Amino acid sequence: MARIEAEVGTPQGGFIKWIDDRFPMTATMKYHVTEYYASKNFNWWYIFGVLAFVVLAIQLVTGIFLTMNYKPAAADAFASVEYIMRDVEWGWLIRYMHSTGASFFFIVVYLHMFRAMLYGSYKKPRELIWLIGMLIFFVLMAEGFAGYLLPWGQMSYWGAQVIISLFGAIPVVGDALVEFIRGDYSISDITLNRFFALHVIVLPLALIALVFVHIVALHEVGSNNPDGIEIKKNKDASGKPLDGIAFHPYHTSKDLVGIVVFLMIFSSVVFFAPDMGGMFLEHANFEPANLTATPEHIAPVWYYTPYYAILRAVPDKLWGFVLFGLSVLLPVFLPWLDRSRVRSIRYRGWMYKTALSVFVVTFISLGWLGLQPATGTYVLMARIFSVLYFAFFLLMPFYTAADKTKPVPDRVVYHG
Amino acid sequence: MVKFKQFASMMALVVCLISTQGMASSGGTTDMEKADLDLDNVSSLQRGARNFMNYCSGCHSAQYVRYKTIGKYLGLSEEQLIDNLMFNADKTFETIQTSMPSADAKRWYGVAPPDLSLMARAKGADYIFNFLKGFYVSDSSPTGVDNLVLAGTSMPHVLWELQGYQTAHFSEHSNEDGSTTITFEGFESLSAGAMDAEDYDEFVRDTVNFLAYIAEPVRSDRRKLGVWVLMFLIFFFILASMLKKQIWKDVN
Amino acid sequence: MTEDDLDRNRRHFLTVATLVTGAAGAGMAAIPFLSSLKPSARAQALGAPVEVPLGSMQPGEMVRVLWRGRLVFVLRRTEAMLARLPEVVDELRDPDSEVIEQQPEYAVNDTRSVKPEYLVVEGSCTHLGCAPLEDFDVRPAEGWEGGFFCPCHGSKFDLAGRVYKGVPAPTNLRVPPHRFVRDDLILIGQDSGAA
Repeated sequence: MARIEAEVGTPQGGFIKWIDDRFPMTATMKYHVTEYYASKNFNWWYIFGVLAFVVLAIQLVTGIFLTMNYKPAAADAFASVEYIMRDVEWGWLIRYMHSTGASFFFIVVYLHMFRAMLYGSYKKPRELIWLIGMLIFFVLMAEGFAGYLLPWGQMSYWGAQVIISLFGAIPVVGDALVEFIRGDYSISDITLNRFFALHVIVLPLALIALVFVHIVALHEVGSNNPDGIEIKKNKDASGKPLDGIAFHPYHTSKDLVGIVVFLMIFSSVVFFAPDMGGMFLEHANFEPANLTATPEHIAPVWYYTPYYAILRAVPDKLWGFVLFGLSVLLPVFLPWLDRSRVRSIRYRGWMYKTALSVFVVTFISLGWLGLQPATGTYVLMARIFSVLYFAFFLLMPFYTAADKTKPVPDRVVYHG
Repeated sequence: MVKFKQFASMMALVVCLISTQGMASSGGTTDMEKADLDLDNVSSLQRGARNFMNYCSGCHSAQYVRYKTIGKYLGLSEEQLIDNLMFNADKTFETIQTSMPSADAKRWYGVAPPDLSLMARAKGADYIFNFLKGFYVSDSSPTGVDNLVLAGTSMPHVLWELQGYQTAHFSEHSNEDGSTTITFEGFESLSAGAMDAEDYDEFVRDTVNFLAYIAEPVRSDRRKLGVWVLMFLIFFFILASMLKKQIWKDVN
Repeated sequence: MTEDDLDRNRRHFLTVATLVTGAAGAGMAAIPFLSSLKPSARAQALGAPVEVPLGSMQPGEMVRVLWRGRLVFVLRRTEAMLARLPEVVDELRDPDSEVIEQQPEYAVNDTRSVKPEYLVVEGSCTHLGCAPLEDFDVRPAEGWEGGFFCPCHGSKFDLAGRVYKGVPAPTNLRVPPHRFVRDDLILIGQDSGAA
């Protein structure tokens, strides 16, 4: 990046120049904010990246304050959460923001990923952004899982018991691996302490680093848009994309609106329905972990249930685990499974539109099925939808290649 | 303008839907009688507190609840609090502990009576409401009673003096595959208690109301604050929208 | 004004208004987080006043109690001890308790106490916080009239907790808020009768 001199003669010229001579402050601001051009026709599907960032910030701040009062020991953990809820001033608000934030993180991230599927944002040259994003998703799943053990409630303990035992399905190394993860012969105080370290230090650091890299990769190639065309192909005399507008002040002012709307919905939950009927704060978790009594109905938190449904649909421990892993991993390959010449769904044919619609129904249905007991028709439905889930990805090379696409315009479609 | 109207009505719908979630009593199943609580009814809560301290705290602690917190919310003076609700504690900042040693309790009942601070959030108000009304005489039980909601419970019918005793009638149906289905048909009163059915219902309702309150004492404050927060955010939204429109005027 | 000027003004106004509102919102959002750092209800409960019954204390006896995690001495002074208090005044740094942070109003007197017989002081040397040792023996040869001696750096205090000259400690031992609930019962941590 070229070093850019600050304007001579301005009052700030002195101070800013002093910094700029030693640190690429102005250059960074220009490259990433005031002279970063993104398409003018972003719709509200494009808000979810910023929202993910906002939720990350919320989780980090609320998490720090929770750590000040939480005790990561099996004997004290549950009581320390109630201490936060009742004795620490405003502790209840910090706790509810964190528990609500966890669920909203996944809502926002799922919608963010879906945007990429709508507009082909994972296609060349943005494959790396997608890969880093998938990595963020995996780290996020681990972060949520580790975090859920911390309150040491019934669901915390038994949910962890079930999911960690899953790894025992791996042949040869399975049992040793499970013991290695737990650090003990069963889930115990030792497991809790290390999951605390993972949740508070390791995984947040990884998340922050990955988000940074994710944004750098994005800015290197530039953002996609709902029409899926490269705005850099049409530039004006001074080199600015004709269809682009500066991130600041245009996208910043628009994102602010989106963020405020998000905060309204977020606050509605925090202040009026933090339990969300038992979906965000599960009922069983208001009982301290009892190692002798399994709750009637163990289900992972709602955001893991689509994958959990696939796991349970397979009547074999090892193959269930394999397909569960595959279902989480498959989206990684989207940039290469998708053979369409066209990025955005606006110009794709009926095959992809149908497939994506079916996928949405499938994902939501699997999520719902994961919350139900694995009995009767639920099992059959889970199996059908699991097949559909895999079909979406595995058949994609074929139906995206065969799909009749519409001609893609040269310039973006913007109605103002 | 049309877009904004659509957006505003969608937001209102979302906020309303979310709010109604919060009002639903947690964890009730459809075939249980609804507890129908009124958490804003302070006199009900006062009676519930009295009921809890006199009938429940002998065996059950509420170890996360401070007397001070209850006293303040129920509008009791320190004297009223100490005289009427504090039996084995001196200071109002203390938590509600039971005098029954838990090791002994485990020996006597097979399981120590659980702490009740969070029971209403764990099991739901409906569950507890039906539990307290669901004791019936059973010869095979060491306490002489069983419970419709929690079969095999170790808890005796603490409120027998108020409700009296009842038996439960079950019917058996043989199924096609040879298994038998046992269905609960109804209760039949054996002996009357000090209260009639309606009064007993109110007694139990007050008690469950109190349990729901102590499960989350901050509930009322949280909802009040939420209104202010949303009002601020609506105002902020209007400003931010106007700013966005103004800035985007030069985009064609 | 041109259309452009109006636009520019409106934009400026809206920007400022939005930023100010946003800043106000952020400030209000910060309050719960910062407040959560204050002593919690449990800290306040644990930091509650401590009762010290005096009935079984002999003259010349000292009792140690913990209040808010801090050591407090309650000393029942003999007549002889009280008589010696005025004799050392010349050797003290602050005989009249002029440094007001070290004691409540009612302890600004010759005996630094509510009642002359009972001294209530924090057992924390005002130098660097070590717990001073009791040394009530009188040793005229050394010029020691009895009091407290801090082993860490040699600070000395008299039988009213007043600091001697020429020692590292700068001020008298702190007198915590306290009151006599009854003649035989002191409550440490509370001045007035409020709960």
